[in-house]
Amino acid sequence: MIQMEQKKVLLRESFGGDALTPEPESYGKMVWRRFRKHKLAMAGLYILIFMYALAIFAPVIATQSYEAVDPPNKLKAPSREHLMGTDHIGRDVFSRVIWGSRISLSVGFVAAAVAVGLGVLIGSTAAYFGGRVDDILMRFTEIVMAFPTFFLLLTIVFIVERSIFNIMLVIGFTSWPSLARMVRGQILSLREQEFTEAARALGATDARIIFRHILPNAMAPVIVSTTMRIGGAILSESSLSFLGLGVPEPYPSWGSILNAGRTYLLQAPWITTFPGIFIFLTVLAFNYVGDGLRDALDPRLKD
Amino acid sequence: MRSYIIRRILQMIPLLIGISIVNFTIMHLAPGDPVDLLVERNATAEERARIKELYGLNDPLPVQYFRWLGHVLKGDFGKSFVDGQSVSKTILERLPYTLYLNFLIMVVIYLIAVPVGIISALKQYSKFDHIMTTLAFLGQAIPSFWIGLILIYFFGLKLDWLPISGVGTIGLSVKTAGFWATFADRAAHVVMPVAVVAFGSLTGVARYMRSSMLEVIRQDYVRTARAKGLPEKVVIVKHALRNALLPIVTLLGSELPLLFGGMVVIESIFSWPGIGLLSIRAILQRDYQIVMAINMMGAVLMVLGNFLADLLYVVVDPRIKYS
Repeated sequence: MIQMEQKKVLLRESFGGDALTPEPESYGKMVWRRFRKHKLAMAGLYILIFMYALAIFAPVIATQSYEAVDPPNKLKAPSREHLMGTDHIGRDVFSRVIWGSRISLSVGFVAAAVAVGLGVLIGSTAAYFGGRVDDILMRFTEIVMAFPTFFLLLTIVFIVERSIFNIMLVIGFTSWPSLARMVRGQILSLREQEFTEAARALGATDARIIFRHILPNAMAPVIVSTTMRIGGAILSESSLSFLGLGVPEPYPSWGSILNAGRTYLLQAPWITTFPGIFIFLTVLAFNYVGDGLRDALDPRLKD
Repeated sequence: MRSYIIRRILQMIPLLIGISIVNFTIMHLAPGDPVDLLVERNATAEERARIKELYGLNDPLPVQYFRWLGHVLKGDFGKSFVDGQSVSKTILERLPYTLYLNFLIMVVIYLIAVPVGIISALKQYSKFDHIMTTLAFLGQAIPSFWIGLILIYFFGLKLDWLPISGVGTIGLSVKTAGFWATFADRAAHVVMPVAVVAFGSLTGVARYMRSSMLEVIRQDYVRTARAKGLPEKVVIVKHALRNALLPIVTLLGSELPLLFGGMVVIESIFSWPGIGLLSIRAILQRDYQIVMAINMMGAVLMVLGNFLADLLYVVVDPRIKYS
């Protein structure tokens, strides 16, 4: 590495020195500079940092237990003692929401990672091998895609044992197909582009073409879609938990808190208000960050 | 055209077979023996074996699969393990409610989204466009069940303007209360479910309409029309709009099955007696036959929807060849 750097410096000096050719901006720096200009995406980023901080420091922030039952104090309105009130069996809603952010955020993250991992693997395998492999993989993708996602999700949740880990996997397993198709399409079209041809004409090896030219270009939409997918997965998890088929009690997830508050809508609207706001803000933030990344990563958009 | 349709239909067959295999396999991976649902809790081993034999649960899976498929092709999804009712009959009883709700939702979505998308495109980057873009982001991020609960809280409970569950007031019909009273009652019941789903999907369709319109108004023939001195209204309505609507038409085909999946949550909130509510009940009761039937139906609907979308595209766009 050091040798490389020295070589670069030497090379630059031999071409007239630093004053004339400033060190080119790195890709990461350029993306960040462009991302920063997108105000809503920055706002989204701050919201996400805030949410993750809540999740990480949950033991410090929410000092009350999220599962301690206190029937005499049930359905209490928000007060200094219970910032978001209490639920139908007297549990502190604030603690449940804060601890719930751990579960909701990690479910979203892992589920999206599973979906993206599978999608990239299947999509790139299909595109790379082509022919029969491509046919078989894409037919399989179409079959999975044909099932309405939420029904499929419900069906599998019904089969597996309900645990946080399984919920993550199931959401991931049901949402990869569109990604696989996207990755395959990207790679197929990039393979035919002039710059790939140019690289090949210059004598670049297959490996160099794949890792240096095709994958980096195919990654941009994957990164964008991963970001949005985390938001989508959080929504899926909360929908499942809202129906009582998600994260099992007594673990709090934003969706399951909402589910518990459903029956007490009139007496205790705070039980449903706060987790709803948290879901909404988080998903919105992920979508805005994804939108900002799309603009920042697109090499065709010049600034 | 005809050969195109025939080929597309032939292509759907392996897809549908694949779907049925996946569906059947998933359901048979389920833990627990379906026999448990069929026999008394304190049944003897012999009784269990007899019931198993009776329902053909001892046969190898491929045999069971082909038997099931044979029945399904005849429109027979078997009997519910839970209440012994014919699955097809149960589903057909529920289906009209879901279709009725879906139909209204689609009408509302398109009636609002198409004009909104057009205006956004014509006034790109205007205040209206910005507000619509923001609303689109909000619509995607707000969980539909939360909006549903908020509406129920304000309009159903606090203000007591709208009923919060069901399709209509029980006992109220055209016979007992007259046409208009019944109409008003049914309408009041449907407002909130339609509003919740429409808000979630409307913005997506509007964005789609916007980008389609933007693409079209940059085309040469639109510029030509303007250059000819045609009034702006004619250019927009006669030249641009017609072509910009093409992709929207095809959305219809793919949107319907998607809406179908979203019904689960909405029917659960508003106790709407459709397919979605049925599917939750079936899942909680481990009613294999119903879950399989609903999944199969959803997938078939999806495949047909996509087929329909492609056909519509060919019909409305003369540039596309049938090959």
